[in-house]
Amino acid sequence: MAVIQEQRGQQASSNGLLSYLYRPEVRQVVWQVLLLIGLIALFWMVISNTRANLAKQNIASGLGFWDRTAGFDISQTLIEYTNTSSYGRVFWVGLWNTVLVSVIGIFFATILGFVMGIARLSSNWLIARLATVYVEIVRNIPLLLQLFIWYFAVLKSLPGPRDSHSLGFGTFLNVRGLYMPSPIPEAGFGVVLATLAFGIISAIATYMWARRRQMLTGQRFPVLWTSLGLIVLLPLLAYLALGRPLSFDYPAMKGFNFEGGLVIQPEFIALLVGLVFYTGGFIAEIVRAGIAGVPKGQKEAARAIGLSSGQMLRLVVVPQAMRIIIPPLTSQFLNLTKNSSLAVAIAYPDLVSVFAGTVLNQTGQAVEVILITMAVYLTLSLLTSAFMNWFNARMKLVER
Amino acid sequence: MTWKLKTTAIAAVALIGTTGTAFAQAKTLDAVKARGSVNCGVGPGTPGFSAPDDKGNWTGIDVDFCRALAAALFNDPKKVTFKALTAKERFTALQSGEVDLLSRTTTWTMSRDSSMGLTFAGVTFYDGQGFMVNKKLNVKSAKQLNGASVCVQTGTTTELNLADYFRANKMTYKPVVFEKADELNSAYEAGRCDIYTTDASGLYAQRIKFKAPGDHIILPEIISKEPLGPVVRQGDSQWFTVVKWVYFALLNAEELGVNSKNVAEQVKSANPEIKRLLGTEGEFGKGIGLENDWVVRIVKGVGNYAEMYERNVGPNSPLKIERGVNKLWNQGGLQYAPPIR
Repeated sequence: MAVIQEQRGQQASSNGLLSYLYRPEVRQVVWQVLLLIGLIALFWMVISNTRANLAKQNIASGLGFWDRTAGFDISQTLIEYTNTSSYGRVFWVGLWNTVLVSVIGIFFATILGFVMGIARLSSNWLIARLATVYVEIVRNIPLLLQLFIWYFAVLKSLPGPRDSHSLGFGTFLNVRGLYMPSPIPEAGFGVVLATLAFGIISAIATYMWARRRQMLTGQRFPVLWTSLGLIVLLPLLAYLALGRPLSFDYPAMKGFNFEGGLVIQPEFIALLVGLVFYTGGFIAEIVRAGIAGVPKGQKEAARAIGLSSGQMLRLVVVPQAMRIIIPPLTSQFLNLTKNSSLAVAIAYPDLVSVFAGTVLNQTGQAVEVILITMAVYLTLSLLTSAFMNWFNARMKLVER
Repeated sequence: MTWKLKTTAIAAVALIGTTGTAFAQAKTLDAVKARGSVNCGVGPGTPGFSAPDDKGNWTGIDVDFCRALAAALFNDPKKVTFKALTAKERFTALQSGEVDLLSRTTTWTMSRDSSMGLTFAGVTFYDGQGFMVNKKLNVKSAKQLNGASVCVQTGTTTELNLADYFRANKMTYKPVVFEKADELNSAYEAGRCDIYTTDASGLYAQRIKFKAPGDHIILPEIISKEPLGPVVRQGDSQWFTVVKWVYFALLNAEELGVNSKNVAEQVKSANPEIKRLLGTEGEFGKGIGLENDWVVRIVKGVGNYAEMYERNVGPNSPLKIERGVNKLWNQGGLQYAPPIR
């Protein structure tokens, strides 16, 4: 009797443990923990294996190269850089060049995409067909080919530095780029900048005040003209009153090239134009889909209350279409940023070209350099996404 | 991501990769023998050094070196798998085991020989960096190049020498950096740059691809030492020795007058030096893991060093580069091989 009881007790306790493990909430936790342990083990294996392999092959590892002298030059630098700067400096130069072309590219691609997307829906046959042709061409040719076409089209059509096109105001265009006078601020220019800042802030304040007044009383206020006056006229008056405290450094032909002034290089122009036209085609389709997604009744209602077609688009259709447009638009912004890495093919010194290219080759530390480069693109993409999510939340329809 | 970045990333991942890679690297010779062909990293389009001809066959002095290696190993100079690598990709490809050796106008430098885990097996071509300009510019010397725009290829010693040279001579320049020679050529021909710079041999090689090669001159200044040669991974001395001695065999064959036309006769020679070279005396081939008639196979396959040079880059080839410092040591040059004994 006692023996049987003991056996039963054991059975019960083992049953207890099993049934405890089979409880859904416990089971979930157990699997998650096992997965986590597996992942950590995998990462640890990869990392230790890499270190061992690199050490065995006598390849340097770690970030010791970061402060070493780079010893090569870069054609476009937004921050101070010479060939005696460090590899770390090269990283920042490349990063800023990537950011520059991405931000400007996103700005123009969005404008072009909206214009083309709306044009595709135009009732004008010619405009709608032209927009369709544009979209179909740019979407169906690989971006790399388009970049080559733009780059070599730009290069082949421009004259050498000695026969530059003069565009007036000390601006010249030749195969080496667009040369413009660069502004040099003199004493008192700070005041002009301060007036400009004041103008912008008061314009925003005016806008908010006018909006609230319109909500409350229905009276409208000429915000556009007031803002223009505040932002343009006020600083202009200050500039003239202070005796034009700004001089210009004009580019001048010296030896082989123009020296001085600002220069926009053909590589930058080609990459920017290529990215804008390519991404613009995709954005156009997103915009068209967004507008087409607004129920027809909304447009009919807008017409019924007597809005013009411009007002209808601006006040009724686009705000509702934005809900549909923004999420896929985010992916296009991310794509443009990532596609900017094709710069390496046409000599624009972006992050991939100077850091994942030249630095990788001079140091031979592929693992570190590629990991850092991937982390940069990941960070840029996450930042863009975060911003667009915030924007999307703001654009949501407020239901009353 | 670009396809280039992708290639590099894949290679980097392979490098992270498995212990299997590391195992294969320790015994490259066995791996090559088991595979039945040599994986050889060459340049993607440098006439005279490595470029596909109009029938799609690889030709050039770098290509011939790989063929010599294949001939020594397999008695068949065709048992080579060529992989075209840009300057940027080459080291990662070698480090990760994608190729067994690089034979693609790679300059021997101290950092490459140490912290990058590479070993240079010899100097198949002594070169130096030069400048090419359009005749229209009326430039006679590199000292007149202040302020010029310079087209250069990324990931090369050229990029660094260029910066050093202009800094040392207190001149400025504007770099335009391309990844591939073809885009570099197009941009230079379109007038994007005043100067084209790379190793002098490379200038001759690229110039023959231009629409009007005669419009461009190569300036007399040579601004650097560029010893070009085959590269292998560190830590595999057996494979390193094989590659090194294939190079020495090519030189020794030229020095002893053994070439592809007379090698069948020379096998019967009574000269003890030739007997050791061609394996009729001693066990020299077996000593490095090959057959004793390894040099006969090499010379039958691709000829000796002089034949390789003449055929690909010499005065009778389209490149027309004088032998110069690449003559044998006893004719006033730098090419010198230790004796086989």
